[in-house]
Amino acid sequence: MTDILSHELLQIIWFLLWGLLWAIYFILDGFDLGMGTLLPFLAGTDDERRIMYNAAGPYWDGNEVWLITAGGVTFAAFPTAYAVLFSALYAPLLILLFALIFRAVSFEFRNKINDPQWKKVWDVFQFLGNFVPALLLGVAFAGLFQGIPINENGVYTGNLLSLLNIYGLLGGIFFVVMFAVHGALWLNLKSEGILRSRAEACAHKLWLPLAGIAVAFLVATAFYTPLYSIYLKTPVLGIIPLLAVIMLFSIRIMLQAGKHISAFASSAGFMLCVTLFGVIGMFPNIVFSSIKPEYSITVTEASSSQLTLTIMLCVALICVPVVLIYQSWVYKLFAERVTEKSLQSDHAY
Amino acid sequence: MDVVMLSRLQFAVTVFFHFIFVPLTLGLSVLLAVMETLYVRSGNEQYKRMAKFWGKLFLINFALGVVTGISLEFQFGTNWANYSKGVGDIFGSILAIEATLAFFLESTFIAVWHFGWDKVSKKVHCFAIWAVAFASNLSALWIIIANGWMQNPVGSEFVNGKAVLIDFWTVISNPFAWSQYAHTILGAWLLAGFFVLGISALHLVRNNEKDFFDRSFKLAATWTLILAVALPLQGHSHGVTVTKYQPAKLAAMESHWESTKSAPLYLLVFPDEKNRRNYFEALPVPGMLSFLAYGDTQAEVAGLNQIGASDFAEFAAKTGYKADAPVVVMADGEKIIRPLKPEDAIPPVLPTFLSFRLMIGLAAVFFVLAVVAWLRRKDIGEHPKIARALAWAIPLPYICLMAGWTVAEVGRQPWIVNKTMLTVQGISAVPASSVALSLAAFIVVYGCLGVLDIWLLRKYAMRGPEPAGHVAGVA
Repeated sequence: MTDILSHELLQIIWFLLWGLLWAIYFILDGFDLGMGTLLPFLAGTDDERRIMYNAAGPYWDGNEVWLITAGGVTFAAFPTAYAVLFSALYAPLLILLFALIFRAVSFEFRNKINDPQWKKVWDVFQFLGNFVPALLLGVAFAGLFQGIPINENGVYTGNLLSLLNIYGLLGGIFFVVMFAVHGALWLNLKSEGILRSRAEACAHKLWLPLAGIAVAFLVATAFYTPLYSIYLKTPVLGIIPLLAVIMLFSIRIMLQAGKHISAFASSAGFMLCVTLFGVIGMFPNIVFSSIKPEYSITVTEASSSQLTLTIMLCVALICVPVVLIYQSWVYKLFAERVTEKSLQSDHAY
Repeated sequence: MDVVMLSRLQFAVTVFFHFIFVPLTLGLSVLLAVMETLYVRSGNEQYKRMAKFWGKLFLINFALGVVTGISLEFQFGTNWANYSKGVGDIFGSILAIEATLAFFLESTFIAVWHFGWDKVSKKVHCFAIWAVAFASNLSALWIIIANGWMQNPVGSEFVNGKAVLIDFWTVISNPFAWSQYAHTILGAWLLAGFFVLGISALHLVRNNEKDFFDRSFKLAATWTLILAVALPLQGHSHGVTVTKYQPAKLAAMESHWESTKSAPLYLLVFPDEKNRRNYFEALPVPGMLSFLAYGDTQAEVAGLNQIGASDFAEFAAKTGYKADAPVVVMADGEKIIRPLKPEDAIPPVLPTFLSFRLMIGLAAVFFVLAVVAWLRRKDIGEHPKIARALAWAIPLPYICLMAGWTVAEVGRQPWIVNKTMLTVQGISAVPASSVALSLAAFIVVYGCLGVLDIWLLRKYAMRGPEPAGHVAGVA
């Protein structure tokens, strides 16, 4: 059974699945992260804030599992990349972790004590717990595309600020705005009345900045990263960035046409294409070294054995469709809009 | 402190904190599933109220368990990069499978259960909590298969410092892992039993919601008694498994220094680690240690002074160990060298020895408490002293489980992968100052969150269930 697929083919499959997993994580947790970032700007009353919490209520935990899975797959399929990247990105990852911890706790704790001060504290943590991960994921992925200062031993020689250059910051802002639009489009589907119209208006207003930053990011990518070389070599792959641009415009068009579900789907498609554009651009490397190209780590060097990749592929092929089926069932189950009335239930956050 | 010690401390702090929340999730999920099944079967609303009340406590506990788990997964990469690089082929794939098989199931169905009371049928709702119970106990299985491989690395070979998977089935059927899994699960379920017993007893003494807490108490009393009997029996069998695969750990648990045939079990003994002997050994039970370890009073039990050298020889032959080679080279070129002498290839004896005794002592206490609780299951409300003792006993299983894991993990030292990779060889080339900072942050943040969470748990536990017939209300 182990020789059905060659090691090289398995490595390419897993590299693409790796990119796909991150994309799924961004799409799913993206709306939670975006909504949390918008919390102070969209919600005026306690009920409105609670509607925003509950619009993420049944999903945020399941969405975060995609992060655990993306991390786990990095560890399993590309252990060397996992080791080098995670130790290199020590500070940003730990800050990300603390932010996610505070986010989870703010969901669970906020409504347990009926006191405005208590709630205010958790609202601040909810905002930070969503804004900071969005920013750091952007900075980290921009750093990944650009290359990180690792030496011949795969040891990080930079400091905390090495990633915070112009391109890294641009990546961070790009992710924050992209997630915010995604979150606003989600809230547009999950709320009613004035809050919903505020969410819609917000998505409208943020679209132009998003388009501007996305274009700036794509242009800067040409100057700061080697990502485009594979697209120049294999022009057919150019369809991915092209699709990203189409999806970006589709968000606007669908929003204007009042097709709110399609607008959200376009935003998801946009995030998928952006992620795949970056990940595929890295091939055949999985970690660029900004010190010397020779210190970069290729997909082949980083990967696990053929047997492990085969077993994991079997597990993924059997389990992931099942996961997708029951997760979509849950999305459908809780599809109705969160209203002030539904906050009366004693299970609501 | 150097980066090795700081990284180890950080892992210890974060894993112990994580394990405050996990065992209650493992055990209480099953109890909730039983309560809700009783509700679906009998139609008695009281069981629904029980599932809701204990479920609320379950959810307060659950959230922190989830997020503190992510910091463990991340730490393998951030702080144990060399380990991750070396074992990703096996250890990493098991973690990925754990997430795919268990975490998705758990997180999705907990949402159905939490938010779905009015959205799905009774049976589907009951199925959701069974799915959560199954998934959380399944995730424990996978993580312990991963840990079991560190304790007893089967199904793989080491090539140039990297583990390569040879036989997946051997890895997942690792007898050490299954024994340790059974031990952990029984302990976690026992902990949940005492949690329900203690809180119910306090309410019964106050004559609050008598029928409600009577039912809770009776259910938990039977559950806890079964576990308090099963745990020591399985614990003995786990001890035999440990002896088989990790004789050094057993010797450290018993502070047994010299290989002896027909080894006695000393009832009074205290290790003198520095001089590699015991300060005193008194009240021997002849042949008992041999009997407990091997089921034969004549068997030879290996002592620490002999095991260290032989384990080291095995390790050196397998990996070509060079004591003067740096375990890691930092970004600034600093080489971290931690040579290991053959005689030092043994675990720290005192913490292993004391944790083991603490665990055994508490197990005896649990047995007594479980019997008393069961005998008083019908009239615990009239015995305030016993009730209060049960409430005060709630933290004890937590302490017991942590002591048990201390035996398992400190007793595995100096290896990160038994006789194959040294713990020091696993670290990342991250500056000690970064680790010190993150460790401090973990202690402060976890400290605050832990206090808050326990305070909230206590508050909601003491408030008791919502009045019967209650339909909606804002907390």
